[in-house]
Amino acid sequence: MKVRIKFRKTGMMKFIGHLDVMRFFQKVNRRSGIPIAYSGGFSPHQLLSFASPLGLGLTSEGEYLDMEVESFEGSAAMKDRLNACMAEGLEVVSCRLLPDNAKPAMAVLAAADYLVFPRKGHGFPGWEEALSSFLGKPSVMVVKKTKKSERETDIRPLVYDFQRREDGMFLKLACGSVENLKPELLLEAFYRSLGKEWEPFAFRIHRLELYARKDDELLPLDSFGEERP
Amino acid sequence: MELEKLEEILLGVQKPGRYIGGEPNSVVKDPDTVDIRFCMCFPDVYEIGMSHLGIQILYDLFNRREDTWCERVYSPWMDMDAAMRREGIPLYTLESRTPVKEMDFLGITIQYEMCYTNILQILELSGIPLKACERDEDCPIVIGGGPCSYNPEPMAEFFDLFYIGEGETQYDALLDLYKEVKKAGGGRHAFLERAAAIPGIYVPSFYDVEYNEDGTIRSMTPNNPHAPERVKRVLVSDMTTALYPEKPLVPFLKVTQDRVVLEIQRGCTRGCRFCQAGMVYRPLRERSLEDLKEYAKKLLESTGQDEISLSSLSSSDYSHLKELVTFLIEEFGEKDVNISLPSLRIDAFSLDVMSRVQDVKKSSLTFAPEAGSQRMRNVINKGLTEEDILSGAAEAFKGGWSKVKLYFMLGLPTETEEDIKGIAALANEVAKVYYDTVPKEDRQGRVQVNSSTSFFIPKPFTPFQWASMFTREEYLEKAHTVNDAMKAQLNHKSLKYNWHDADVSVLEGVLARGDRRVGAVILDAYKRGCLFDSWSECFDNEKWMEAFKARGVEIGFYNLRKRSLDEILPWDFIDAGVTKEFLKREWERAEKELVTPNCRVQCQGCGARKYGGGVCFEGQD
Repeated sequence: MKVRIKFRKTGMMKFIGHLDVMRFFQKVNRRSGIPIAYSGGFSPHQLLSFASPLGLGLTSEGEYLDMEVESFEGSAAMKDRLNACMAEGLEVVSCRLLPDNAKPAMAVLAAADYLVFPRKGHGFPGWEEALSSFLGKPSVMVVKKTKKSERETDIRPLVYDFQRREDGMFLKLACGSVENLKPELLLEAFYRSLGKEWEPFAFRIHRLELYARKDDELLPLDSFGEERP
Repeated sequence: MELEKLEEILLGVQKPGRYIGGEPNSVVKDPDTVDIRFCMCFPDVYEIGMSHLGIQILYDLFNRREDTWCERVYSPWMDMDAAMRREGIPLYTLESRTPVKEMDFLGITIQYEMCYTNILQILELSGIPLKACERDEDCPIVIGGGPCSYNPEPMAEFFDLFYIGEGETQYDALLDLYKEVKKAGGGRHAFLERAAAIPGIYVPSFYDVEYNEDGTIRSMTPNNPHAPERVKRVLVSDMTTALYPEKPLVPFLKVTQDRVVLEIQRGCTRGCRFCQAGMVYRPLRERSLEDLKEYAKKLLESTGQDEISLSSLSSSDYSHLKELVTFLIEEFGEKDVNISLPSLRIDAFSLDVMSRVQDVKKSSLTFAPEAGSQRMRNVINKGLTEEDILSGAAEAFKGGWSKVKLYFMLGLPTETEEDIKGIAALANEVAKVYYDTVPKEDRQGRVQVNSSTSFFIPKPFTPFQWASMFTREEYLEKAHTVNDAMKAQLNHKSLKYNWHDADVSVLEGVLARGDRRVGAVILDAYKRGCLFDSWSECFDNEKWMEAFKARGVEIGFYNLRKRSLDEILPWDFIDAGVTKEFLKREWERAEKELVTPNCRVQCQGCGARKYGGGVCFEGQD
């Protein structure tokens, strides 16, 4: 049986990298007594798969993890059992049973929502307007570096939506193995376009939700699973 | 502390997870409900410090007290050190991010000499004056403990007090006393005076040291009526009643020893003459099998770790080892828990166990003959014979192993060129056993025999505490002799050899047997930028040599001089259990190449019997 776990990563936990979060969950599963399934072989491992690694320094309220279990005691019970073993800043939001034929979160991932806003002492007055008009352009060319080459690509098509909000700028960006746009890359291009020097970590980046595409529609990853008593 | 500023700094350093706390099983208390704030420090980087069992034991011990909150701090790595100095952020505790300076106590465990400059870093980043005599009522009481406190003198001026011995015994008395003195309106001095009367407590400022013209110590005398002439080491006489942390901290980061640790016993019966731990942790005291089984279950449940390892000196001597290991394999092996075994004597039992818990083809077997010739092994009292090693290796090769590691020391007392070359000869013999034992068709290529040597460093409270060391050049020559001899062996293609850095060994030698005058060198080296000296990428020998020169301290006085048996040694004021008479006897037996049997075979009257427990009273209920 497969269960899709949605969790939050906030506060100081932004300083714990993806691999350490993975190891953390492996230990939580052991501590909590969840009947997690293991792979075979000489060194068996827990059958866990994360939707999308969250970069160091980012917070999120919409992280996903698929877990293969031997039995399922119900959504609420599993959530409580896990949360009793979590650490401050890591919290399970829901545990939903996936249909047997569900594809892994990682494979179907298509988009992510973010909220970005400058850290204290960073940014500049009117940054929201400037960012809105930057994103209003038909194309945004950036140089993407890969291990082998550098090539110029248009990242504008990877920005699916943006809105000014009271507490920052909301961004819906492509995310996943097919097309992917990191908010840091977008913000850096934005700073460059203004002739400003980009300071890494000038902005706080908070991930809100992850989506998969189904029939041309973006659906939150947790909508593929079902709350079960 | 301003969180915003800290967060920005953390975003710019490597592995910021080192500096945030919040690990499962860490303890958070309401500061308003406790009387004592204790900060426990391991003066090395987080991943090393979090792997240390002693800290976990003390953390648990202190936090069991309702009136005490024990928090932790580790050495900020170079990048964090620079950022904290640049931004004016004081060193803070991981649990509550309270400046260390605001604590009542700062307890520093001193596990190896090469961390001494890190201790000064901890003090400086905390804003605590480096020298104890410059501290005022606003500073925490700075306590040192751990193996290096058996010669605390080089670091004496930087500590308010040292706790000599095992933490389980006197910390309650010390903390109770602190509360009492504070309540009565007493200050640091009043507390230190009364603390000096507690067994195991050494307050360096209450002692004066005078020197002879030749630089040796003339006398060490108390200058305060509360300070005893000799400081007694304290220990737990019955390990079956000793507490054990059932909920150890679980780090987020991958630390050096990322597993649950089960301490099966303390002390050692073997009496290897170079080994400080084997002398100062006497007598051997075992934990009960039933307790250990219980602890193993609880530890794995409370941490979710997937590996458990046994910890002790000479684990093969634990009376119930077979039952314990069998239990662990049967109980947890099925649950995908790895069982990691410490250095066991290689015999049929250990090989059988190892083949059940590890992948034979990938793993390598480790032998620690320590010396290349039988003569030399007799001198150091390492009971392992060449026959033991070769028959052990033969068994292992039959079991499928084809990688062997051999550990040796160079620069041992009485060592000759023949002894040195014996290292290569022994490595060759091990390789030969492989080709003699394993038929050609079963071989997986060549056998790999990896030998490594460290340079022997005489340590206080060992029979070799009087031994002379060598110069850097002499050490390197010894290593080259081994290297050349390896190349001349018949099976040289199967042999690999590497040796440790000689500069670090020379320095460690001075710090290990130094006196109070060495403190000025440590401070000077730190001021010149020496830090993380145990990390080869940070160690800067030139700066250390400049510091010795600047302070007019001669390395030769500490390392090369021949000490006479009646000389007053800097650590003689400590009663560590083993008597100086016993150590002298053993030093003389070493010179005569005589082997001394272990405690279970025959009591040697070392002095540890007075503690009233352990192996000294085995079978005498």
